[in-house]
Amino acid sequence: MTRILKTDNAFLLGTIGLCSFLALWTLLSLSGLVPRLFLPSPVEVAGRFIHLLSHRFADGTLLDHLWASMLRFAGGFGLAVLIGVPLGLLMGWFRLLDDIVTPLFDAVRFIAPIAWVPFAALWFGTGIGGPIMIIFAGAFPPCLINAYRGAKFVDPRLIEAARMLGTPDLRMISEVLLPSAVPSIIAGLRISAGLGWQSLVGAELIVASTGIGYMMVQGQGNVSTTTVMSGMIGIGIIGLVIDIVLRGAETAILRRRGLAT
Amino acid sequence: MSRKTVIGSATIFAVLALWFLLTSVTQVISPGRFPSPSDTWLAFVQITGKGYANGVLTEHILRSVMLVTLGFLVAVCTGVPLGLLMGWSRRAEALINPVFLIIRPIPPLAWIPLAILWLGLGDMAKIMVIWFAAFVPSVINAYAGVRSLDRTLIEAAQMLGTPMLTFMREILLPGASPMIFTGLRLSLQASWTTLVAAELVGAMTGLGRVLNAAQQDLYPGMILVGMIAVTLCGWLMTVALGIAERYALAWNTAAKALD
Repeated sequence: MTRILKTDNAFLLGTIGLCSFLALWTLLSLSGLVPRLFLPSPVEVAGRFIHLLSHRFADGTLLDHLWASMLRFAGGFGLAVLIGVPLGLLMGWFRLLDDIVTPLFDAVRFIAPIAWVPFAALWFGTGIGGPIMIIFAGAFPPCLINAYRGAKFVDPRLIEAARMLGTPDLRMISEVLLPSAVPSIIAGLRISAGLGWQSLVGAELIVASTGIGYMMVQGQGNVSTTTVMSGMIGIGIIGLVIDIVLRGAETAILRRRGLAT
Repeated sequence: MSRKTVIGSATIFAVLALWFLLTSVTQVISPGRFPSPSDTWLAFVQITGKGYANGVLTEHILRSVMLVTLGFLVAVCTGVPLGLLMGWSRRAEALINPVFLIIRPIPPLAWIPLAILWLGLGDMAKIMVIWFAAFVPSVINAYAGVRSLDRTLIEAAQMLGTPMLTFMREILLPGASPMIFTGLRLSLQASWTTLVAAELVGAMTGLGRVLNAAQQDLYPGMILVGMIAVTLCGWLMTVALGIAERYALAWNTAAKALD
């Protein structure tokens, strides 16, 4: 025992930590200190998670709900990238546009994405449009800011060389600013995807009739703690997958440019 | 005045004029979709005078700000020590990190249904959710702060036989504090967003409750007033934290000036 306590083996310690966490959870649940209804054991949650994969709850299986959420996420995040990145690059090149948009953007940026919920519901309804707008509100600022910063920090020699060769404005943006800004943009996309995914969860808790957030609200209404926890696991997994994919893209791009080891 | 401020203020002015023109004058945007300036003003007068959704504006603001402060303090008092511990002891890090890695990907807002299930719609549920939201950034940044400490400093202190408490007070905390404050700022933002979301889901008073009631009453003027209040409070709290940071880290800027 003392040997174990003195060990520096990170893997062993990690396993011990994880096991004691799960053991404590199980103990609390099984001993009845906390009612089983409110704190089901890890095994029960895992069982419910697997059960929900193939059985319908609140009009769909867990996979149906996750799919609905991911479609919304793709819509809101895609829009944020398609508008935010080009606008950021344009602002990085045209000073007039920069001076006009920046004060407006700074004023709107401070609004928490979740505070857009009432207007989103009023304007676009609670089906697809409303949640997409909230995801957009969360994902848009990092896209714009990072594209803008990337465009501002382009090597001036590149710009001068291109300008000397008479490059027109639009080609300058697409062939000089965009490629140099890519590392900054992709870092922005990671932040943006994280915030967008968070905002989606919030939006679905409040206004939605499908999706993983809706499933959790229904689970809460039916006092089914296992369903709520299964939803949390699903959200965590998808969030992780999104981050891993983007991180992979980031390293791949940096490596191709010889910036990463 | 610089060119930037001239164009900036002109833009803001133009947008406000356009708002007035599109809503009040021509009614291109219907009053049911977006409020006119006068609608917004009337909503503001109503909520400050007669009250709306169980209270006047100051009551809602006080409620929300109090809950955020409480939840934030609980999170900081638990998160920062844990982060310091994980940064200091490799063993504690190895022990705790895997559990932390599992909980971390769950967004703070996803805890809301569980909190309601456990603690109902009252204040405790909100504090719990804020705690979860603010905890993770506090831990991560305190941890990173300890890891960024100068090794030479630590070794020098150890060689001189500095007692543990002095060491913590004189080296660990000051050295990690710039990163800790970065974490606090992130925590505070997360807390505020989460509280508004939790109040939107269910509450008796609070700014989120105002937004929720206004949405159900289809009252665009009040929605806008609520949004502005949420934004201003969030911003003011960040500013307050910034002032606290400058005060707490005064020695640091002084040290930088000496360099």
